[in-house]
Amino acid sequence: MSSREQILAAVKKNQPEATALPSLQGLAGEMPATLEAYRKVLESLGGSLFEITDAAQVPALLSQHYPHLERVVFADDQREWAHEDPHQLENVDMAVVTGQWGVAENGAIWLTENNIAVRVLPFICQHLAIILPRERILATMHDAYEKIGAPQTGFGVFIAGPSKTADIEQSLVLGAHGAKSLVVFVLS
Amino acid sequence: MNRPTTDHATLADKFNENEPRVNWHDETLWWVRAKRDRQAWSIPEWELLRETASQIKLNVLGNLHDYLTQFEQQALQNGAVVHWAVDAAEHNRIVTDILQRHGVKRMVKSKSMLTEECHLNPHLEAHGIDVIDTDLGERIVQLAKEPPSHIVLPCIHKKKEEIGELFHEHLGTPAGNADPQFLTAAARQHLRKEFLQSKAAITGVNFAVAETGEMVVCTNEGNADMGAHLADVHIACMGIEKIIPERRHLGVFLRLLARSATGQPITTYSSHFRKPAAGKELHIVIVDNGRSRQLGREDFRNSLKCIRCGACMNTCPVYRRSGGHSYHTAVAGPIGSILAPNLDMKDYADLPFASTLCGSCSNVCPVKIDIHQQLYKWRQVLVQEGHTSGMKTAGMKMMNAVLSKPGNYKKAGKMGRWVLRAFPGMVNNRFNPWYKQREMPAPPAQSFSEWYAQQQSTKK
Repeated sequence: MSSREQILAAVKKNQPEATALPSLQGLAGEMPATLEAYRKVLESLGGSLFEITDAAQVPALLSQHYPHLERVVFADDQREWAHEDPHQLENVDMAVVTGQWGVAENGAIWLTENNIAVRVLPFICQHLAIILPRERILATMHDAYEKIGAPQTGFGVFIAGPSKTADIEQSLVLGAHGAKSLVVFVLS
Repeated sequence: MNRPTTDHATLADKFNENEPRVNWHDETLWWVRAKRDRQAWSIPEWELLRETASQIKLNVLGNLHDYLTQFEQQALQNGAVVHWAVDAAEHNRIVTDILQRHGVKRMVKSKSMLTEECHLNPHLEAHGIDVIDTDLGERIVQLAKEPPSHIVLPCIHKKKEEIGELFHEHLGTPAGNADPQFLTAAARQHLRKEFLQSKAAITGVNFAVAETGEMVVCTNEGNADMGAHLADVHIACMGIEKIIPERRHLGVFLRLLARSATGQPITTYSSHFRKPAAGKELHIVIVDNGRSRQLGREDFRNSLKCIRCGACMNTCPVYRRSGGHSYHTAVAGPIGSILAPNLDMKDYADLPFASTLCGSCSNVCPVKIDIHQQLYKWRQVLVQEGHTSGMKTAGMKMMNAVLSKPGNYKKAGKMGRWVLRAFPGMVNNRFNPWYKQREMPAPPAQSFSEWYAQQQSTKK
C-alpha cells in the first residue's frame, strides 16, 4: 500500500462523523468601508496614504516624498523591465502597482499576478507604492473574498503595510525582507 | 529523533535560575497577550468568529478524507507535484530527494513548525545540504544552535545583547551593537544574498484550500515570498490538518490568526500560492506523522483544529515562567503539551502536568480547542498507561487513601498541623516543591470541623 493510500485509509477510519459547515452570515458586523477607516489602520501599520485624482500625479508625489529614488518601475509599463531575470529587480528602489481591493478592517490590499507581472516584484523592491481606486475599499475580509471569487491566476497576495519584524525583543522594525515602506495612493 | 535529556520541571528550574530574566520573559509575553485582547475587543463579532472557525475545523475533521483527495486533485490540475509522507522520516526523504535531483547544496527555508517537528534541518545537513532559516527569529536561533522557543516568536527567550553578540560573530557586525533596527538591517542584507542565490525554497503552509488546491502562507517579513518566487523549486510542507474547505473560509481564519498571534489586524503578507510560475516547480508534501492517530482519539482530536497562532503560550502562566525550551518539543506551551503525547507518550509524559489547568489557553484559542480539559484527560491516560513517575503514583495513592476516608482525613489533618508547629523544618526545606519561592503558611490551631463543632457548642 502506498503512503498516500495508507494515510487516506487511516484518516477515513479515524475521522469523526461529518458535521455541516456553519453559515458565514453576520460575521462582518457593522465594520465601516470608508477611506477614513482604511487610512487609520494603514497608518497604524506604518504605511502612508495620499489621495489623488489622476494616476499621472504619482511620479511627482513620489519624487517629492522619496527624493533619492534611482530606479522606479511601473507594473503597468512592463516593456521596460518584465523581460529581465527577476533577480535583477533587486536594485528596484520603488515599484508602483495597482491594487484590486482594499480592506478597511486591516489595511490589506489584494493583488494578483495580473497586477504585478512578476511575482517577486512587490517583495524584492526597496519601497512599494499601490494605487487603489477609492470605490474599491471594502469593510472586511469576508467582503474581499466575496468580491475576489474564484482564483483567476496562479498567485495572489494580500499586502498590509511594509514588511516588518519584532523578533528582537519585540521591538518593531520596518523593512525585514520585503519593502521597507508602503505608500498607498487612493484614486478618486 | 531528539530524546529528552530531562523533564519539564527540571528544565524550568534551570530557566528560573535567573529571576530578572524570567520576569522579563513573563512580562513580554503578557504584553503580546494584551495586544491580542485589544484586537479581539475591537471586533464585536469576535466570539461568533471563534465559534465559526471552530465549526469549520470540526467539519474538516469529519470530512478530512474527501477534502484531502479534493485538494490533491485540484493541486495536480494546478500543475503542482503532490507527495504523501506517513511519518517524519518519509517527509525528510522526499524533501532530500527533490533537492538532490536538482543538485541543490544550499537553500532557504521560511518558518515551518512541521519541518521542526520532523527535524528536517539536521537530516539535510547530514546529506550535505545547508539550510538557511530566513525568518529573522529563526535565523537567530539557528546561529545560536538552538531550537525555536515559541512557534510565532522563535527567539523570544533571547536578549538583544546576545543577538548583537551572535551577529558580531557570524555576520561581522560591530561588537557591542545591540540596536534592533541596526541588527535587522544587517540580517536583511545577509539574507538577501541567500535569497538571490537559492535554487530551492521550503515554506510551511498556514491554510490549504480543498476547493482550489491553493496554499496560503502568512508572514510579516516577506521571507516566504522572497524565497519561493526567486527559487526554481518551491517545496511546501503541510500537515494533513491544514486543510480548509473553501476559499471564502479564509476570510474567517485570516481575521483570527494574526489578531490572536501578535495582536495585529493581519500579517503583512497573506500569499496564495496556486500554480507554479512558468518554468518552475511546485512540490507539496502532505504529512501525517501521527495526525491520523490523533484524529481517532475522541478526547484529543480537537487539538488538530490548531492554526498555530501561539495565543495559548502567550497567556499561559507556566509557559511565561518556564520558557519554550522547557517543553523539549517543537511546539511548546499548552497546545504542544496536548499534541506531543500523541507522538510519544513516554517521552512527553511530563508535559500535560506542566499546567495549572487555569483554562486561560482555552479562553483565548481562536478555534476554541478545549486545551485545559485535554491536558487533564491526558494526565489520566498517562497515569493509566503507566507513563508517570513512581513518586507521582505513590503520592496519588496516598492522597486517595487520605481524601476518600473522612476518618483518615481528620487524623492526617491533625497530624499535619502538629508537625508544622513542632517541626517546621520538616516542610520548610528544599525537598518540598511547595516551599520553593514561598514561605509555608502558619498552621491553624484547629480544623474547620473542630471550629464548627466548637461554635455549635458555645451557641447552646
